[in-house]
Amino acid sequence: MARIRGAARGWARWGAVGLLIPGVWLTGCAAQSPSILAPVSPKGRAEAELFWFIFLITAGVFVLVETLLLYAVLRFRARDPHTVPPQIHGNNALEISWTTATALGLAVIFAMTWRTMAATSAPPADAMPVKVTGHQWWWEFEYPTLGITTANELVIPVGRPVRLTVTSADVIHSFWVPQLGGKMDAIPGRENTLWLQADVEGVYHGQCAELCGVSHANMRLRVRVVSDADFQRWVEAQRAPAAQPVEPLAQQGYQVFMSKACVGCHTINGTPAQGKVGPNLTHVGSRTTIAAGLLENTPENLARWLDNPPAIKPGSLMPRLGLTPEEIQALVAYLSSLK
Amino acid sequence: MASSAVALPRVYEERGLLSWLTTVDHKRIGILYILGAGFFALIGGLEALFIRTQLAVPNNQVLVGEAYNQVLTMHGTTMVFLVVMPVLAGLGNYVVPLMIGARDMAYPRLNAFGVWMFLLGGLFLNLSFLLGGAPDAGWFGYAPLTAKTFSKGTGIDFWILGLQLLGISSITSSINFVSTILLLRAPGLTLNRLPLFAWTTLVTAFLILFAMPSISAALFLLFLDRHLGTHFFNPAAGGDPLLWQHLFWFFGHPEVYIMILPAMGIVSEVLPVFSRKPLFGYTAVAYSSVAIGFIGFTVWAHHMFAVGLPDVVNAFFSAASMLVAVPTAIKVFNWIATIWGGAVRYRTPFLFAAAFVALFVIGGLSGLFLAAVPVDWQVTDTYFVVAHFHYTLFGGSMFAIVAGIYYWFPKITGRFLDERLGRLHFALQFIGFNLTFFPMHFLGLMGMPRRIYTYAPGLGWESLNLLATIGAFILALGFVVFFANIARSLVAGERAPDDPWDGHTLEWLTSSPPPPYNFARIPVVHSRRPAWDRKYTGNPHARPVAEIAGENDRQEGEDAPEKPIHLPAPSIWPLVIAAGLTVFALGLVTHWLFIPIGILLFAVGLARWATQPLFPEAASHS
Repeated sequence: MARIRGAARGWARWGAVGLLIPGVWLTGCAAQSPSILAPVSPKGRAEAELFWFIFLITAGVFVLVETLLLYAVLRFRARDPHTVPPQIHGNNALEISWTTATALGLAVIFAMTWRTMAATSAPPADAMPVKVTGHQWWWEFEYPTLGITTANELVIPVGRPVRLTVTSADVIHSFWVPQLGGKMDAIPGRENTLWLQADVEGVYHGQCAELCGVSHANMRLRVRVVSDADFQRWVEAQRAPAAQPVEPLAQQGYQVFMSKACVGCHTINGTPAQGKVGPNLTHVGSRTTIAAGLLENTPENLARWLDNPPAIKPGSLMPRLGLTPEEIQALVAYLSSLK
Repeated sequence: MASSAVALPRVYEERGLLSWLTTVDHKRIGILYILGAGFFALIGGLEALFIRTQLAVPNNQVLVGEAYNQVLTMHGTTMVFLVVMPVLAGLGNYVVPLMIGARDMAYPRLNAFGVWMFLLGGLFLNLSFLLGGAPDAGWFGYAPLTAKTFSKGTGIDFWILGLQLLGISSITSSINFVSTILLLRAPGLTLNRLPLFAWTTLVTAFLILFAMPSISAALFLLFLDRHLGTHFFNPAAGGDPLLWQHLFWFFGHPEVYIMILPAMGIVSEVLPVFSRKPLFGYTAVAYSSVAIGFIGFTVWAHHMFAVGLPDVVNAFFSAASMLVAVPTAIKVFNWIATIWGGAVRYRTPFLFAAAFVALFVIGGLSGLFLAAVPVDWQVTDTYFVVAHFHYTLFGGSMFAIVAGIYYWFPKITGRFLDERLGRLHFALQFIGFNLTFFPMHFLGLMGMPRRIYTYAPGLGWESLNLLATIGAFILALGFVVFFANIARSLVAGERAPDDPWDGHTLEWLTSSPPPPYNFARIPVVHSRRPAWDRKYTGNPHARPVAEIAGENDRQEGEDAPEKPIHLPAPSIWPLVIAAGLTVFALGLVTHWLFIPIGILLFAVGLARWATQPLFPEAASHS
């Protein structure tokens, strides 16, 4: 009896956990998670639908198989240790039935898979092109038709399809914004196409999904989905040349930027800074986050970042530059003014 | 047995360290494999605990960035190459020759070389922690992250050469399994009567032989890229990082079946014995193993659905991957049908084997989501995948391995593992496992990528990660109980008879532990359950007719005159050759001076191996 109780206890616990977890999960994900089951794009919805379709089938199989197994284990326990049961070697009818049933179920899943692929694969013809380039460890977004280059925050208009050309400047990364649909690898030397379309305004969390080195975990991104009007305003602002520093502290920051190592890696349109290694900073002040989505874009965070980038993003290719507190304050003033 | 007319062989130095270093006995080699795998499992398990500790709460600082990537990479590499594969090779080494009525493996010295190569290769890999940092690019080592430009240290070199050494070990042991199983079966033991563990070991050996060259070639090219300036995987110079992925996964996916098929074989042995029934649908189960082996070579690109392959290619690999579910489902249904109508005994091996079926089903079903391309685009490279493959490799392989260890421990040591500790171990492992890995399905669906060392609060990932970490420590406690049980039972375990479980297969006909020559007389086989059929003749409901009486219990054909038994002589040279290769590899990564030393050891070992007769007394007769 102790034996059966031990086994039953294991199952009971397991069952309790099985019930508990979906509860936690449902409350958690509905509130805040970038869940693939809370899609806001046509492609994401198609993928989620296919998920639920397969879930229905597999959940049925799961319940059936585990019930049969559990029943067999509990029902056929030997009471007398010397019992010898009938020696059944097999049954061809059963073999053929479960083989056929499995094959048919899989054929249905494959048909639905193919249907979903065919329906979501090609981007609509009028999609707005954006080039996505993965870098260790940040994202670069170029809008070739609009002449805009920005980083880590992809701004798109609501309800309009966007065609992403995804590539990498160094190692393999993977572009993924769960609520907008599946991921696409960013592979050096290759250009992959991914399209997405967001039907609800908002900010969507994404991040690199392929191990790409030390700060893979810190390579995050946000997609800001805005109204058409807001998008137009954003485009206007981004196409304008960089703001000239007005305040004395910002002017001093401009001097620091142009005289230090900053210019070697960063571009600020309309200034001598034309480096291509790091993110384009022409309108860095307009972004909501810095350091590939790790920090809110506040003066304090910007100062922390400028003081010691690898402390925030381990392995960061932007080294600790040894800036003085005064220089940092000046740079913060200047960069924050680049709206 | 001592009164036998058979000329029992001289048994070489049975005790002492030297006898282990020079052994060519498949049973001792099997034990060395298992002990080595157990040692590396401690390391790999500690690595897992570090990973789970770091991920317990958001923005944790226990194991950050580079250090995390090293531990992550070594956890995967260790569990695949230093734990699951070798422990299965060890059980295969110990059990398969006994199961098929052979006196040893076909190539005893090659067998010894294989185990030394595994142990030294594993140490070599782990040496990287002390010599400048472990590999850090994941167990799949995607190019170009492994290129010199992005991985400047020697970690990747340790990884490349360590896997090459381990690959040599796997290939030699596979050649040995194929030869042994095809050529050394007892009279009457046709392939159609072969025990399932031997069947799956045979299929696995073929998989290794066809899969391993692909990764060996890839590793070789990578080494050239890193040190001789070639550009096989460098896109800037016309190379292609995807070439690496194709070569890796052409090995890597069959590798998954390499790790699960022998485990399925163990379960196919344990469930019938503890249900007191033959395996239901023997032919279907055996052929489905072969089918999995074949189809397993046509599914590799399902690891690459997000690399931008054309839809038609993705669809092909999607269909092939789903096809694998057919033979897998056949096995599951046959296992359940085996238990059905049986007289089930809830001993520890059975608990683990039944749990294997329960958990492996979950891993198999979650695999269907990954085979469906559009769903895979979402869940690939997330914790959903981590959950999936731990349900197949831990819930699957590891549960079956533990079942196999509880099952064969009495044969190997002559003592039982403790049943009460066994049940405690089972409860901890089962609960801990599910607490650790079930929540990961949800984490993946909630957008958590795998291989990240940290995450921000506020994404809804906190509670499930904490739960998984708690589960991991319960799981670890289960293994503490397991190891304590082994240690205690080795010295004070209940004595086991030769046939403690009322077994079906030939290994239960010999003593526990078996003599070096396994069987004084090679048994003759007339059925799929030769041991069972000696106990329960004719009438399927019959009571046992006789206890096992060793050679007195002769069957037809066994009274033929015996030939003298020759056992191969012990040899140190397999170890010397393995050491030579390891020192050579060390020279390639660290100081060049090791290179000539390694070559010298290798050459001397090879020459002495070649000139030392395998059967000294037979050689001296002629």
